[in-house]
Amino acid sequence: MNRSSFERIFYPFLGLFLVLSFWQLVCIAWKMPSAVLPTPIDVAMAIQKHWVTLLVEGWITLKATLYGFALALILGIPLAVGVALFPRINLMFYPILIALQSVPKVALAPILLVWLGIGIESKLAIAWLVAFFPIIVDTSAGLQSTPRELLELARSLRSSRWQTFTMVQFPAALPFIVTGAKVAVTLAVIGAVIGEFVGASEGLGFLLLSATSQINTALAFASLFALSIMGMLAYLLVVFVEKLLAPWLPPEIPHH
Amino acid sequence: MPFGIIKNARKVFPQNQLSKGAKQDLIALDDASFEFEEGEIVSLLGPSGCGKTTLLRIIAGLLSRTSGEVTIGGKSIDGPYEDYGFIFQSPGLMPWRSVIDNVLFPMDVLKSNDANAKTRAMDLLQLVGLNGFEKARPHQLSGGMQQRVSLCRALIHKPKLLLMDEPFGALDELTRMEMNDLLLRIRRETHASVLFVTHSISEAIYLADKVLVFSSRPARIALNLPIDLGNERSQSTRFTNAFMQAERRASEALGIIKPEVAVSQGSQA
Repeated sequence: MNRSSFERIFYPFLGLFLVLSFWQLVCIAWKMPSAVLPTPIDVAMAIQKHWVTLLVEGWITLKATLYGFALALILGIPLAVGVALFPRINLMFYPILIALQSVPKVALAPILLVWLGIGIESKLAIAWLVAFFPIIVDTSAGLQSTPRELLELARSLRSSRWQTFTMVQFPAALPFIVTGAKVAVTLAVIGAVIGEFVGASEGLGFLLLSATSQINTALAFASLFALSIMGMLAYLLVVFVEKLLAPWLPPEIPHH
Repeated sequence: MPFGIIKNARKVFPQNQLSKGAKQDLIALDDASFEFEEGEIVSLLGPSGCGKTTLLRIIAGLLSRTSGEVTIGGKSIDGPYEDYGFIFQSPGLMPWRSVIDNVLFPMDVLKSNDANAKTRAMDLLQLVGLNGFEKARPHQLSGGMQQRVSLCRALIHKPKLLLMDEPFGALDELTRMEMNDLLLRIRRETHASVLFVTHSISEAIYLADKVLVFSSRPARIALNLPIDLGNERSQSTRFTNAFMQAERRASEALGIIKPEVAVSQGSQA
């Protein structure tokens, strides 16, 4: 093992250890009541005690997140294609999309709750709503920034519009779509949690809310921890699909 | 009858199509006429904005002309056609395709990507010295190697004409010289005609049977200079008298140096 790869593993763990130690020290030095700020050890014990609950509730939130995200992809990409490739559709709908983008989507949560009730539907809808815009914006940007010489090459070969789209424009836009999807999946987690805050009877957001109302702050922190793990899993899923779809993307940071 | 005939080609961009603030129509190309034979290399030399790329794109059918006639291989040109390969300044390879699939891209569009096409692609990669790289991804290759792949892609459907728009302009001097020799070899093997846009005087002369020198205002052909250096050229050809004479005449036409007569009189005085 060379020195740099050892350092790449060692230093992050050292950093984590230092931060946790500092947290523990602050709790001891100021005699923090656990209801205000639990120590890392309290949180670890809460995770250990409630891990089945965290797993079950986490699965519920993850489902709402991924469904909302998938729906955003299914509706967002075709709409982006329409907006990017057909000037009339662009003129009709792009201004509306831009205007809607500035609406704080989270503020729609109470309305969606009224429409859809406290089941998975309202959470899914909020997750979808926040994930939809980065996907449509990045996809249409990607489709509109095909390198000019590739388009001219296709034109010089008298390629049909469909050939140009499938063989040139769409693959060229894939890196943009993947970037949008990475932002979208992170936002979808937030959307699902907001949905659970506003009205739900299950999920990690609901668990977090009920833990704080019972002044079980350690459990609230444990839920937060589970949420971060879940967010990372959702993100890694997108990265995995990216490697599957576009293995040709050059490595992110070239090492020279 | 010559293979290519360009007669009074003219391109005007009307004022209302230009960016705001344009006071008048832009004459991008004024009254260009020349002819070339099958297998001939013609260099289009001139400063930026002199209309040489405009002319190349008109001949490719990628740009409509305002007036004039373009005939290639006996056919009047009014849009893209299959009989040429276009090479851009940047290689323009597709990162999602391997080297060989990039070469085969035109065959995919033309729906004739069969076993013969694959054999031909391998032969072309061999010709440009890239055998062994067919599975590589474009980002793993150097700029010069990428431009070689782009050459193979332009040649895959056996075009009779290569249209090259400053293809080696982004390469370093030594790589450029290698690519020049490669292009001469390709011409020998394929007998394709080549129209080659460049703003390097020595590159233009080294490659060509004929150099068209453009002036920028008005954007027109200022000189049609035949190059008589024979078919067997090597880098030492650049140091022959005939080569340097041609460089002088091209430089005069570009207005870089004063006509020879005046200079020699000056040196005698």
